[in-house]
Amino acid sequence: MELVIFSLLNGLVTGLLLFMLSSGLTLIFSMMGVLNFAHASFYMLGAYFAYTISGYMGFWGGLIFAPLLVGVVGALIQRYGLRYVHRWGHVAELVFTFGLAFLIEEVVQFFWGKATKDYHEPELLDFPLFTLFGQSFPAYKAFMILISIGIFIALLAMLTRTRVGLIIQAAITHPNTVANLGHNVPLVFMGVFGVGSALAGLAGVIAGPALGTFPGMAFVLGSIVFVVIVVGGLGSLAGAFVASLLIGWLQTFAISLDYSMTDLLNLLGISFDDEHVLRDLWTLSLPQVAPILPYLLLILILIFRPTGLMGKRET
Amino acid sequence: MGISSKDSGPGGIRSALGPFGLWIAAALVLAVMPTIFSSPVSVTIMNQMGISIVFALSYNMLLGQGGMLSFGHAVYFGLGGFLSVHVMNYVEYDGWPIPLPILPFIGGLFGLVFAIIIGSFSTRRAGTVFAMISLGVGELIAACSIIFVVFFGGEEGVSGDRTMGPPVFGTEFLKEIEVYYLTAVIVFVAAALMYLFSLTPAGRMANAVRDNPERAEFVGYSQRQVRFISFCASGFFAGIAGGLFAINYEILTEENLNLVTSGWVLLMAYIGGIGFFIGPIIGAILLTLLQTVLSNHTELWLLYVGLLFVLTVMFVPSGLTGLIMMHEPALRTGRLPNLARPYLVAGIPLLVALAGGVAVLEMLHHFNNAPVGDTVAHVFGMAVDTHNPANWAVAIAVTVFGAYATVRATPQVREAWSEANDFSGKAEDR
Amino acid sequence: MSTPALSLEDVRKDFGETQIIRGVSLEIGAGERHAIIGPNGAGKSTLFHLISGKYSKTAGRIRLNGEDVTTLEPYAIARRGLSRSFQITNIFPRMTVFENLRCGLLWSMGFKYAFWKLVGRQKNLTQRTEEILEMIGLADRRDIQAGVLTYAEQRTLEIGITIAGGANVIMLDEPTAGMSASETDQTVELIRRVTEGKTLVMVEHDMGVVFDLADRISVLVYGEIIATGKPEEIRNNKAVQEAYLGEAPEEEPPADGGTV
Repeated sequence: MELVIFSLLNGLVTGLLLFMLSSGLTLIFSMMGVLNFAHASFYMLGAYFAYTISGYMGFWGGLIFAPLLVGVVGALIQRYGLRYVHRWGHVAELVFTFGLAFLIEEVVQFFWGKATKDYHEPELLDFPLFTLFGQSFPAYKAFMILISIGIFIALLAMLTRTRVGLIIQAAITHPNTVANLGHNVPLVFMGVFGVGSALAGLAGVIAGPALGTFPGMAFVLGSIVFVVIVVGGLGSLAGAFVASLLIGWLQTFAISLDYSMTDLLNLLGISFDDEHVLRDLWTLSLPQVAPILPYLLLILILIFRPTGLMGKRET
Repeated sequence: MGISSKDSGPGGIRSALGPFGLWIAAALVLAVMPTIFSSPVSVTIMNQMGISIVFALSYNMLLGQGGMLSFGHAVYFGLGGFLSVHVMNYVEYDGWPIPLPILPFIGGLFGLVFAIIIGSFSTRRAGTVFAMISLGVGELIAACSIIFVVFFGGEEGVSGDRTMGPPVFGTEFLKEIEVYYLTAVIVFVAAALMYLFSLTPAGRMANAVRDNPERAEFVGYSQRQVRFISFCASGFFAGIAGGLFAINYEILTEENLNLVTSGWVLLMAYIGGIGFFIGPIIGAILLTLLQTVLSNHTELWLLYVGLLFVLTVMFVPSGLTGLIMMHEPALRTGRLPNLARPYLVAGIPLLVALAGGVAVLEMLHHFNNAPVGDTVAHVFGMAVDTHNPANWAVAIAVTVFGAYATVRATPQVREAWSEANDFSGKAEDR
Repeated sequence: MSTPALSLEDVRKDFGETQIIRGVSLEIGAGERHAIIGPNGAGKSTLFHLISGKYSKTAGRIRLNGEDVTTLEPYAIARRGLSRSFQITNIFPRMTVFENLRCGLLWSMGFKYAFWKLVGRQKNLTQRTEEILEMIGLADRRDIQAGVLTYAEQRTLEIGITIAGGANVIMLDEPTAGMSASETDQTVELIRRVTEGKTLVMVEHDMGVVFDLADRISVLVYGEIIATGKPEEIRNNKAVQEAYLGEAPEEEPPADGGTV
């Protein structure tokens, strides 16, 4: 029982984190038609900036300033990089963001080195929130959940209730009309890109202590974020939300349920030779398979429901 | 670009040697190279280049010819390689009578099989979705390789011995140079086949679908089918490259399947120039050199490669080959020498600025990472004390001065360029 | 009556809430030259897209030479003998004129997805391409990259690609759009030549062209056909005149100086 509760909570943490990343990506994609490969790199930058800032201002200083810094970096990249590359076409844009991801990883290694950084949660939150049957749930993870939910509510409110939000919503589908109404659409694009990046950075700031702060963190999470996007349906925020939670829970449960094919086969009374060629299949365990589950889900969706769970028509 | 060019199919300079001339020249170069660069290190590097050439050309069948951006192409390369090593082991331990030169072909077939399976659902969509699917599939297979230890060998990968097969014309491929000639032949044949593919109905329609998928449908071609065929063909040749890798290195690991390798082949093709058949070849040669030679001189070589890549995508999207080909009109009309002086006036300061920039970065890197007490960085073969502010001042000054001089010279270059490409008036120049 | 080349049965198309095509029924006989005219926004291009398979139909059936092609993909419809041009020039800009036409021929000459034959060596393919090149009058532009041709030349090339495959139902979407008077005359002659013995369906705004070429005319207004018939009938049709709101059909005298 405690396994279910902890897996639900841990999966929620992962899922919300994934949504924080995939929502920014979806918003940017819907608006500009560009899938930003370097989005997860902003996540990484958030963690590293927070690590350095927290050295001078403590964790809370990092929490406030690191995402802002990442947002500025993102906006600048959009303004001087992406906007320039736009003229070479969609493929070039995507390749550019890929190159950016590569470059950012190298730059991070240049300034911070290759070793994992000792970026940890603040003492204030470093206690177990509750303990069930001997396992404790860290307060920091509860903090992560709260921050994620808080940010989403704020964003939703901003998008639906403020003037800026309405302009953004309009610019997503009808940029030309919005421009004709006198709004500075390029500025809106830059702003949205910046906010999306800041969101990714924020995810990095809060995830860094929990998931580790190292140069490979972008690529590790990045692929999964793209799976989320495709599974949820390109361009759909609701789809991204559902897919994020789905994948978060899928992975978490798989890791904690230590069953394997061997157990299943024993149940059926079948045994096998230890040196059999297909022994990998027979000994397959859920924790082993956990990393590839998102990708398997991707393939299934592509075969049976290619537009994604809640996909819109292709752009 | 290209005002008029006969047979402008996959691109290429119309040389006086005629259509076969370029290929004969290439064959000669391949045959003669080891006599010029005969050290074992050189031969190893050339072998690596050969493998990369086939890999990058296979990738360009997707990207340059078909307009399909893939982030998971290493899968077919790696799978072809893994199977090849296993066959090598069967040859060694179970006495299978398979001569080594057949191996790349077997690797190619394995790559083809997987391309057919994966292509069946991944080529339905093009563009961004295709790219994401390729990424997901690539990561899936790379992750699977840790799980399925029997085929992929787990953390240590799978290794074999190429010298255990039946002798071919007397050689057992003990020597690197023998491997070179085998590689060279296979590279030549594979490249020729890929070039010929682009001249077939399937290849021409791949270009058509890339440029205007709607129009291609309305002349009777299913864009999905066309993409699928290109996909399968490129998987086949990637598998061949994998087989060559197996022969050369006698070991395959998870690294050969993952995003790093997939990204690397994208870099090779793009920097070389995806719009030309020869582009990936040039990219493969250049990047192999950077990977093998440059990495010996600086720890920052990947950073430089990354910068090169991003700058290429931003400012020279047609790649190195594109940059060279842009000079073709000027070459044909004899105006090329007019560009020499402006290029020098801008180029030399640019090189100076780059050198200065590199010095600053190298010194910074050394300063940050060297153990306490070690204050001497090696930059361009010189020993530089990184704790001496004077050295920093010099490096920064050189960079700034070079950059300033370059910017000052740019209008000259621009003017000379537009003059060299002005075909509006004087017909007598042609 | 023999099977009509193209027949539409109560075809409808909605985009979300908006009804663009509201029940179009039409029969076009084999060998007929049929023009579809109507004010801007009437849905003429949408109708073309529906027939050629680019858009799915909300309701209704479309038959090509008697065969139901309502749910087929564009390439499948193209293979059954229907070929079309586009309002916005749709060619392969990076290929030469020659290669463009050759692409239009590949499927119809049976080459399919062959990757074991070199196109350069197929004599019958090359010959046929040269013939079409001659027919459309672009022989001297043979090796020019299509993207740098003049506008009128590109439109001509587009027509060439459309008829290259030997389709027997040719659909041309505003073939003379943006052309000068002399270019228009040349294009009309070209169209007349290349559609000899074939069925032609044409969307056009230039009334001179319409009355010059068409055997019958249909008038599309707000997604419905309000009149179909011979040119004289349409000219004198009150509803048609009203629909154009005082826009009298152009009284441009035809090129040969005779009366319409």
